[in-house]
Amino acid sequence: MKEFQYTVKDACGIHARPAGLLVKTVKGFASTATLEKDGKSCDMRKLMALMGMGVKQGETITIKVEGDDEAAAAEAIQKFLSENV
Amino acid sequence: MQVGTGKSILNGIAVGKLKIYKKKDTTISPAEVADTAAEVQRFEAAQQKAIEQQTALYEKALAEAGEDIAEVFNIHAMMLEDDDFVDAIKEIITGQHRCAEYAVKTAGDNQAAVFAAMDDPYLQARSADVIDIAQAILDILQGVDNASLQGTEPSILVAEDLAPSETVRMDKSLLLGFITREGSSNSHTAILARSMNIPALIQCKDIQDDWDGKMAVIDGYNACVYVDPTPDLLKSLKKRQQEDQKKQALLQELKGKPNTTLDGKTINVFANIGGMGDVGAVQQNDAGGVGLFRTEFVYLNCKDYPTEDYQFEAYKQVLESLAPRKVVVRTCDIGADKTVDYMKLDHEKNPALGYRAIRICLTRKDFFKTQLRALLRASAYGNMSIMFPMITSLRELQDAKAVLEECRAELAAEGVKMGKNIEVGTMIETPAAVLVADELAAECDFFSIGTNDLTQYTCALDRQNAKLEPFFNPHHPAVLRAIKMTIEAGHRHGIWVGICGELGADTALTETFLRMGVDELSMNAKSILPVRKIIRSVDLSKPSEKA
Repeated sequence: MKEFQYTVKDACGIHARPAGLLVKTVKGFASTATLEKDGKSCDMRKLMALMGMGVKQGETITIKVEGDDEAAAAEAIQKFLSENV
Repeated sequence: MQVGTGKSILNGIAVGKLKIYKKKDTTISPAEVADTAAEVQRFEAAQQKAIEQQTALYEKALAEAGEDIAEVFNIHAMMLEDDDFVDAIKEIITGQHRCAEYAVKTAGDNQAAVFAAMDDPYLQARSADVIDIAQAILDILQGVDNASLQGTEPSILVAEDLAPSETVRMDKSLLLGFITREGSSNSHTAILARSMNIPALIQCKDIQDDWDGKMAVIDGYNACVYVDPTPDLLKSLKKRQQEDQKKQALLQELKGKPNTTLDGKTINVFANIGGMGDVGAVQQNDAGGVGLFRTEFVYLNCKDYPTEDYQFEAYKQVLESLAPRKVVVRTCDIGADKTVDYMKLDHEKNPALGYRAIRICLTRKDFFKTQLRALLRASAYGNMSIMFPMITSLRELQDAKAVLEECRAELAAEGVKMGKNIEVGTMIETPAAVLVADELAAECDFFSIGTNDLTQYTCALDRQNAKLEPFFNPHHPAVLRAIKMTIEAGHRHGIWVGICGELGADTALTETFLRMGVDELSMNAKSILPVRKIIRSVDLSKPSEKA
């Protein structure tokens, strides 16, 4: 399992647009990925659930990736986050 | 005449006939279905078609409203594919044996409710997106075509609410504006209306069915609609509308374009401001920065000397709102002709030639230091340059710089953060300054020519005196020569030279100033785009057309 934390920099947080692109990124891999914030977690393949997490600027999220391609998936997710939120 | 009020989406006027926009009532049957597998297929087919529609809407919105807005439809397409949403729908079909319409409506309402219940206004507004995509699938399943609802002539639509897809789907040539009973300013519909420049009134509870077919005007500036307006009101609002349309056309054409001549010379075109109230106009008119920030407002708005902290807050607010754009701040330019009782300025026979501006500052050092300290503290929050008004000698410039340096050293010792590389410049608005421009240029970072005062002092003429009108020439060759001399002196010492007086906005002189080599023109915000138009049409490599 790969796990890492990320603190959101974008003033809009993880709003609809990056959430949608993030879901697309995750769906490109076989592994499952979850996003955790304040004890709540969601499946990162689910757009509405991800948006519903309401992740804002300054908040720190924990990403957990599990599966055969978890290393590549975790790297792709981390790259997306740092470039987009 | 009836008046309806609500929330305005944009500052604009729409004039036209009202058309009530009501979608056909299509009831959804909760009846059970036998062949759930077929029903799931029906749903999937409709889902695919809905996703294709969103792509088409994306293209239309891209052309009509721009990338940022069109993005909404990409989001909608992604929502239509959301696993949770789709699974919920399929579960209702197979588990509860319901028809696809029922499943889509129920799942859509449930998901919309989840968003609506959230604290975040942004997420609350997303519930409207969910309703929109559910409706898109339903329309396909029920074979509904809403295209004809707009009618055949241009009109202002009146509806309960409008989904973003409905707004984009509409024939824009028929859509003059819209009024809805519901809606939120956060919604994609509102964002779309703004970028498509369609005046709209939302949350208007005064809507009535008998409005259908009546003449109306949406007054976006006052957040209201006049139904059957009086002829006078109609006339004045139509006039306003024409002015708006002219402005819009100019903005569309020139916003975002550089201030570059045909032969590639680029200059700065900045705005003159007098306080926070002018900041919006700076951004709307695409100014590259502020070439003159008049600071008198802090003194005129107070009943007693404004404190350093008060001034600091005022300057910080402006600098922050405009960052990273440059803001050239002019230090206090008050004189006996401006009523500021607490300053106890003696009445003077010749206030224009009197105890004013830098002269007050250099003799009332504490007063000056208060402003300079406030400015230096505020400089940490934006991109600030400072200039001194009414300078007539090198000595005055040196003294002013010395006080500034004293303040800087004090604040540094106090550990206060300040901006780096703050340019310090001189206003050139007296003949004396023009004639010693070389000496001044050697000891400052820029010049800004105050043509109003320069004209008065050079021509020995009070512009407020109507009797002198026959003698007043705003383009007096002496003034133009003085400007040329100033620019040349500045350039001999490698500093930039701008014009912040009224002549800077005079489009009849833009080419002349460009040929003189001016580096910056600063003016009232409204003149920026017209001046940019001139700059972009001039070719300095060709000889001037004027004699």
